[in-house]
Amino acid sequence: MPSTLSPQERARRATTGGGSRSAPLPLLLPALVGILFLVVPLAGLAIRAPWGDAWTILHGSAAGEALRLSLWTSTTATAISLAVGVPMAWVLARTEFPGLRVVRALVTLPLVLPPVVGGVALLLAFGRTGFVGQLLDQWFGITLPFTSAAVVIAQTFVAMPFLVVTVEGALRSADRGLDEAAAALGASRMTVFRRVTMPLIGPSLVAGAVLCWARALGEFGATITFAGSFPGRTQTLPIAVYYALETEPDAAILLSLVLLLVSVAVLVALRDRWLRGGVAA
Amino acid sequence: MTAGLAVRARVARGGFTLDVDLVAAPGEVVAVLGPNGSGKSTLLRALAGLTPISGGQVLLDGAVLDDAGTGTFVEAADRPVGLVFQNYRLFPHLSVRDNVAFSPRARGMSRSDARTTADRWLARLGLTELSGRRPGDLSGGQAQRVALGRALAGDPALLLLDEPLSALDARTRLDVQSELKRHLSSFDGPCLVVTHDPVEALVLADRLVVLEHGRIVQEGSPADVARRPATEYVAKLVGLNLYTGTADGDQVTLDAGGTFVVPDHGQHGAVLVALRPSAVIVSPHRPDVSSARNTWPATIEGLTLLTDRVRLDLHGEPSVLVDVTPAAVADLGLRPGGQVWLSAKATELEVYGPSAPRTAVVPDPVP
Repeated sequence: MPSTLSPQERARRATTGGGSRSAPLPLLLPALVGILFLVVPLAGLAIRAPWGDAWTILHGSAAGEALRLSLWTSTTATAISLAVGVPMAWVLARTEFPGLRVVRALVTLPLVLPPVVGGVALLLAFGRTGFVGQLLDQWFGITLPFTSAAVVIAQTFVAMPFLVVTVEGALRSADRGLDEAAAALGASRMTVFRRVTMPLIGPSLVAGAVLCWARALGEFGATITFAGSFPGRTQTLPIAVYYALETEPDAAILLSLVLLLVSVAVLVALRDRWLRGGVAA
Repeated sequence: MTAGLAVRARVARGGFTLDVDLVAAPGEVVAVLGPNGSGKSTLLRALAGLTPISGGQVLLDGAVLDDAGTGTFVEAADRPVGLVFQNYRLFPHLSVRDNVAFSPRARGMSRSDARTTADRWLARLGLTELSGRRPGDLSGGQAQRVALGRALAGDPALLLLDEPLSALDARTRLDVQSELKRHLSSFDGPCLVVTHDPVEALVLADRLVVLEHGRIVQEGSPADVARRPATEYVAKLVGLNLYTGTADGDQVTLDAGGTFVVPDHGQHGAVLVALRPSAVIVSPHRPDVSSARNTWPATIEGLTLLTDRVRLDLHGEPSVLVDVTPAAVADLGLRPGGQVWLSAKATELEVYGPSAPRTAVVPDPVP
């Protein structure tokens, strides 16, 4: 059946090739439903936000404090995850030892574990009466729970697996031939890691770090269980939102928007440069 | 202390065993020629230290690189060996210059010294203009030169090349081949070139080693190997008919049927007979008077057009491949199924004794 083809559409098909770009209905409808489902709640935030008094409300609440705390704890958690998680990913991807599969399963457990359960587990291990916490208290006089350090620990516990899984996948699919070439050219294993392996998985490393950071920034369950909610010390932005919801809903909406803006800003800043290639790799 | 490379080793990988006894003198270019799966790459990997040997020894300039008996093993990174991989394996994230500077840097040179060394090699290989490029932006021939430069910049005592030209298209290959030959001959140490291409081996090497099923079946000068192939595989590579047979006086009885008469060949017992496809004369009838001593009938099974001649696949005693001109095909009316008479002058028949396959006498490792 003949139909009309606009000159623009003709030009597009001629240059990029391929046929019609319109999606078939059975695919288009669910796709639209999915997009709406993800966008509508966010739009709700923006619509309901008390834009007029935004500044006074935010200023009066603990927003600044909570944001500052959230930013530095999630960044610290990401730094720790990089320092520990990258070597861990390498060991999981490139070595063989008995029980490797069990270790891999345990390491990625926090991905599927309800964060509250993670928080309880952390409390039992590092709490004042926990089997590690007890020793820390006796020997060094350190008590972790309900401190900013506890926030960082909770975030690291929950977020690091995202980094490990991403980097491990990249290490597995990376060309081992190049590592071999580097070794044949006289590079020690550490030099190979530093000068060949790491640069080659760079995009995935950044992608993993961003995922890890985003997860740490949004962390709620494990943090509130293990670190509690003390404004200025352990009350991160998501926890602040949760408490504000009961007392001052307008502040909760604005705090949520702040969290949303920070996340979007980071995603946009990194997406074109790193994320696309990294996630694909 | 013996200068050069001395290998007497066995490498077992799964069901495959490589068992070789091989020496290469300083400055000598040895081509290791063999079909796919013959163990060529395994040999290179063993020499480079990427695969440990399971029996025997690898010595370079008198120093032990690998000894399965004593357990001595020098790691790949610590061997003075330059290896050019089949697909070059250039580092895609480094510039050409940093690729070439990689080995000197990894072996402890300062960054600036390594760059100076790299620049010297780049100049020598005519790559100076490309030094800022990434490997992804190089042509096949350029990448090959960079890979060679990268291996040589580490100042190796032994140079190994794995199928150095196989990644190139036919045209580039010819250009790169002569250039590579020049660079290889200016290298002081022993050099091993692994290839499955006989032309490459003949052009590049001073000496050929033919590897089949993990064993050395023949070694010698390119001319020698080309004239007197020891196995079917080599004969095919160099384009010769090869027969096994038994010599008794002037008479050689071929294992596959038929007899050749070759005076004064000086061999007794088991022999090999090589015959050039172009040295056989094809006639439609039995030649009455001929200077050729060997005449036999055959049936044409197939005709294949090569560039400037036609190759006849002839069944008879013995069967033989014969090259004739396209004009002869037309004049003689040659077609599949046709009967012809073949004759070969005795002087065209190369009769020689089979070379005993050389293998390392390595005791099996204690299980």
